Amino acid sequence: MPDIRLSVNGEAIEESAEARLTLADLLRERLHLTATHLGCEQGVCGACTVLVDGVPVRSCIRFAAACDGQAVQSLEGLEHDPVMEALRAAFTRHHALQCGYCTPGMLIMARDVVLRLPDADPARIRLEMSGNLCRCTGYLGIIEAIHAVILARRG
Amino acid sequence: MKPAPFTYHRAASLEQAVALLAQGGGDTAVLSGGQSLGPMMNLRAARPSQLVDIGRLEALRGISVAEGHVRIGALSTHAAIEDGAVSGPLGRVLARVAAGIAYRAVRNAGTIGGSLAHADPAADWPAALLALDARIHLRGPGGDRAVAIDAFLAGAFETAKAADEVIVAVDVPALGPTARFGYVKFCRKPGEFAEALGAVLYDPGSAQARVVVGATGSRARRLPAAEAGLAAGLSPAAADIAALLAPVLGNPSALVLKRQTAAVHRALQEVLTDA
Repeated sequence: MPDIRLSVNGEAIEESAEARLTLADLLRERLHLTATHLGCEQGVCGACTVLVDGVPVRSCIRFAAACDGQAVQSLEGLEHDPVMEALRAAFTRHHALQCGYCTPGMLIMARDVVLRLPDADPARIRLEMSGNLCRCTGYLGIIEAIHAVILARRG
Repeated sequence: MKPAPFTYHRAASLEQAVALLAQGGGDTAVLSGGQSLGPMMNLRAARPSQLVDIGRLEALRGISVAEGHVRIGALSTHAAIEDGAVSGPLGRVLARVAAGIAYRAVRNAGTIGGSLAHADPAADWPAALLALDARIHLRGPGGDRAVAIDAFLAGAFETAKAADEVIVAVDVPALGPTARFGYVKFCRKPGEFAEALGAVLYDPGSAQARVVVGATGSRARRLPAAEAGLAAGLSPAAADIAALLAPVLGNPSALVLKRQTAAVHRALQEVLTDA
């Protein structure tokens, strides 16, 4: 069994795990970080999106062993991140969630859009978020919330 | 679902990766970005007994400009190419193709070499790089070899790469100042695999013309008759494109033929219309 050393939300982690353990299951089952949700388990729905070395990736199709030496941030680790604080407030204000299952992945991806694309308009936001599925909201509130944060940061 | 059990090796060097593949036999799989292999293993559509992870090999990284072409390391991610890792006119063409692959979270991990090795018939890179006349560099137990992409692509999920070879880099010829690229794909939603795909390279300065149809269900194919017309600056009618596509697509349904015809026709119009 591979020994895996990685950092999760700033904390050094050492785990011995089967090779087939995914990063998502490492986070949820071993570390009890359950903000990361599993939807499709084939990289399509986006619910499991986390940051690896600072960029969003699908944790359901990434083997934990392949993350050795990398820095992982799940939604829990972004609690006090200023962009995430603004996004959480905007998601509440714009009714950007109902059941909440997709929300952790939506927030991780939304933060990436806000930071990477400061000029994004609603059409671009819609395109960028197309890899995250929501079955409740019809997406409008999500797009509006992200756009509101982008506009507020533009000042 | 979860993958079937397997053993995992992280290759410390390209030599070690090739040696592990040579020892491993047919059911050893190469892991780079894992954005196709991961889902297939979760669905148990792929059940390799052993993975050789090449994802950290420095020898497969980097992008360099050489005489007449750009060499793109196999581990270059779609996201890096989308963000302009390749400079100049060719870089803009490659960035446009990369930006249309799946979703950003997938592009952050998925690699150009992995996409070519996987050779999904509906994928972007095989069709786009066939239009751009790329060469694939491979390393195996016997050493290095380079294969033109037309010879590299063999069929659906099949390439000329042997089981004990690793893609090292992709060479893409630089584009001349008059080169134009047309690219049209139809998907049910952004980021999904293409249902139809047309890729066209046209350089009136050098009379270079390459017309490619992708998402064929098998490998991407060139359309030589359309290329001859394009080299003469001719814009073929949709009916003529459909007549060329029908045998290539092997008895397509009316819907598939119409969709593919529209994709190739629009890609041709893109290179023949003055910007």
